[in-house]
Amino acid sequence: MTAFFQNLGLPFEGAWLLSTIIGILVIALPLMLAVAMIIYADRKIWAAMALRRGPNVVGPFGLLQSFADGAKVFLQETIIPSASNRTLFLIAPIITFTVALMAWAVIPFQVGVVLANINVGLLYILAISSLGVYGVVLSGWASNSKYPFYSAIRASAQMISYEVSIGFILITVVLWAGSFNISTIIESQKGYYGFLNGNGFNPLLFPMAIMFLISAMAETARAPFDLTEAESELVAGYQTEYSSMAFALFWLGEYANVILMCGLNAILFWGGYLPPFDWAPLYLVPGIIWFLAKIAFFFFVFSWVKATVPRYRYDQLMRLGWKIFLPTSLLFVFLVSGFLMLTRYGGAQ
Amino acid sequence: MSLGYYVKSFTLWEFVKAHWLTLKYFFKPKATINYPYEKNPISPRFRGEHALRRYPNGEERCIACKLCEAICPAQAITIEAQPRDDGSRRTTRYDIDMTKCIYCGFCQEACPVDAIVEGPNFEFATETREELIYDKAKLLENGDKWERAIAANLAADAPYR
Amino acid sequence: MIHVFAFYLFAAIVVCSGALTILSRNPVHSVLWLILAFFNAAGLMVLLGAEFIAMLLVIVYVGAVAVLFLFVVMMLDIDFAELRAGFVDYLPFGLLIALVLLAEIVLGIGLWSAGPIELAQRAAPVNPELSNIQAIGGLLYTRYIFLFEAAGIVLLVAMIGAIVLTHRARGGVRGQNVARQNRRRPEDAVRNVNQPVGQGVEL
Repeated sequence: MTAFFQNLGLPFEGAWLLSTIIGILVIALPLMLAVAMIIYADRKIWAAMALRRGPNVVGPFGLLQSFADGAKVFLQETIIPSASNRTLFLIAPIITFTVALMAWAVIPFQVGVVLANINVGLLYILAISSLGVYGVVLSGWASNSKYPFYSAIRASAQMISYEVSIGFILITVVLWAGSFNISTIIESQKGYYGFLNGNGFNPLLFPMAIMFLISAMAETARAPFDLTEAESELVAGYQTEYSSMAFALFWLGEYANVILMCGLNAILFWGGYLPPFDWAPLYLVPGIIWFLAKIAFFFFVFSWVKATVPRYRYDQLMRLGWKIFLPTSLLFVFLVSGFLMLTRYGGAQ
Repeated sequence: MSLGYYVKSFTLWEFVKAHWLTLKYFFKPKATINYPYEKNPISPRFRGEHALRRYPNGEERCIACKLCEAICPAQAITIEAQPRDDGSRRTTRYDIDMTKCIYCGFCQEACPVDAIVEGPNFEFATETREELIYDKAKLLENGDKWERAIAANLAADAPYR
Repeated sequence: MIHVFAFYLFAAIVVCSGALTILSRNPVHSVLWLILAFFNAAGLMVLLGAEFIAMLLVIVYVGAVAVLFLFVVMMLDIDFAELRAGFVDYLPFGLLIALVLLAEIVLGIGLWSAGPIELAQRAAPVNPELSNIQAIGGLLYTRYIFLFEAAGIVLLVAMIGAIVLTHRARGGVRGQNVARQNRRRPEDAVRNVNQPVGQGVEL
């Protein structure tokens, strides 16, 4: 796209800036729409599993519910507690929201369709998602209120714990693909057993796929790991003191993160924009459709789990992260690298 | 322990079973009603929004005996009374603070003339708190509006009293 | 042009937030300025073409170390007056350290640009085909393998040492045995009895 603007007579810098901004908007605006729809889908799925109807009044089948909620929240008064740390209180939701959007820069939607095809794409995502904790911690601290503070403490411990095992799980995939570049990782998943696309069909990586799914739920603080906003204990966790747009930014950021994690599940283990079967006619369907379908499927799984599994106790959460996931993922790093050493890289010479 | 236990725990069997159950529920018909468009039938004894009733000739029933005010456990009712020009005893003020009311129904039990009743209406949410402090005019208006339903309910419940 | 602009932007923010880290009165703000400094330092690394180091900086320092800092600092009961009391007393000492550091930097840069010491591989051509993850990996696992492994062992020893020092097994504490809890089934613990009226249940 830079070349296109250069042809229009802009200097390189201007063309680059313009095309990057357009690229960002092309990703961010549909993402916001997707977040609105996915909040609706979440409520609908959750309701259906509890034999309820879910939102069904605003618009056909209640499809416009999220927009109605958005309008309501937008018109609310922004309340800033007098004892809070004003600046940090307002910066915290902005951090959550921005960070949730930033990670999308390296996600490929189709062959070659990616805003920034960088070599360290996966590390970039890990780095950005590790920033997400600041939004929660700062909001909890800046609120100057007990429950948000508990929530902030829980969130920081929880996210750091699960980032460790997520890191190791990513390493198994990176070892298999031999690259940190996300497009390369996707392309490397072609043709398992001649007809399947996806690392998840690899018996060595399938357990990692399951563990990544579970860790992703913990990382985004979704149920059953939603201890940061456990409403029965902490009112609404770090969001307790928030209202209006600041609250909405938290929500948007949270769900954008959830979609991102669903997308990462699809990309790392189930072939991203590749069709599930390595069969020529399936490649006629544009890659973005496969990718979105996979995201939608994983989001359904997220909601499904939310509707099924009760919330973990905090010590159980920590035990799962440190005593089960960490050793298991380390074991699999060992197994995968050993397997690759023996097969792909010539074995013990 | 047995081998089966380990197989179960490593395949997360309990979780798989639970998710299969919720998936089955996902496709079941919904148990809830479509509320604003469908409503459940309510009992004749349902205790909803208050109303002050009138006699068929238009005369208000309340005789300002203040039994309801006395019995109200939440002290939500305030009554002031004066003899009217024709000599009959009537209220000049009859307020119910609906934010205090606990809907126990003692007022309608205490009423000797069936004047104050709790009607079948439960959809009287308001946007401001002030609107929930009902005065005599509002209560009489409720009575006029809901008289048919209230009378039917009272008649239906009468054999059991 | 954009590179130059980005460099000065990142550099200015690093310097400013570094200064604010020491100057701000609230320790939590200090940590936050430090995080901003880390983050912009990572930006500078990206400009240098060292994107691997940049990402590591963000993941390790911003994502983990600074969170722990913040975690600790947030929970401190801070007495601002007491904190600032010693400022003037320690000022000469601090200035001395700053001077030493400055001298070392000047010395280092001087040696790099003019000194007779030939730094190893300084003129070695960088293979443009190689991404810098592969380049770093190649160096770490061949040329510097022993140093790398030694550093790993030092870290391992430090970690085990920290655990040994802080972990204490207290006697007389009823801990949970999670595996046993999970194995427990209703059949092991519950018994249905259909007892006639008026007779006690045998426990």
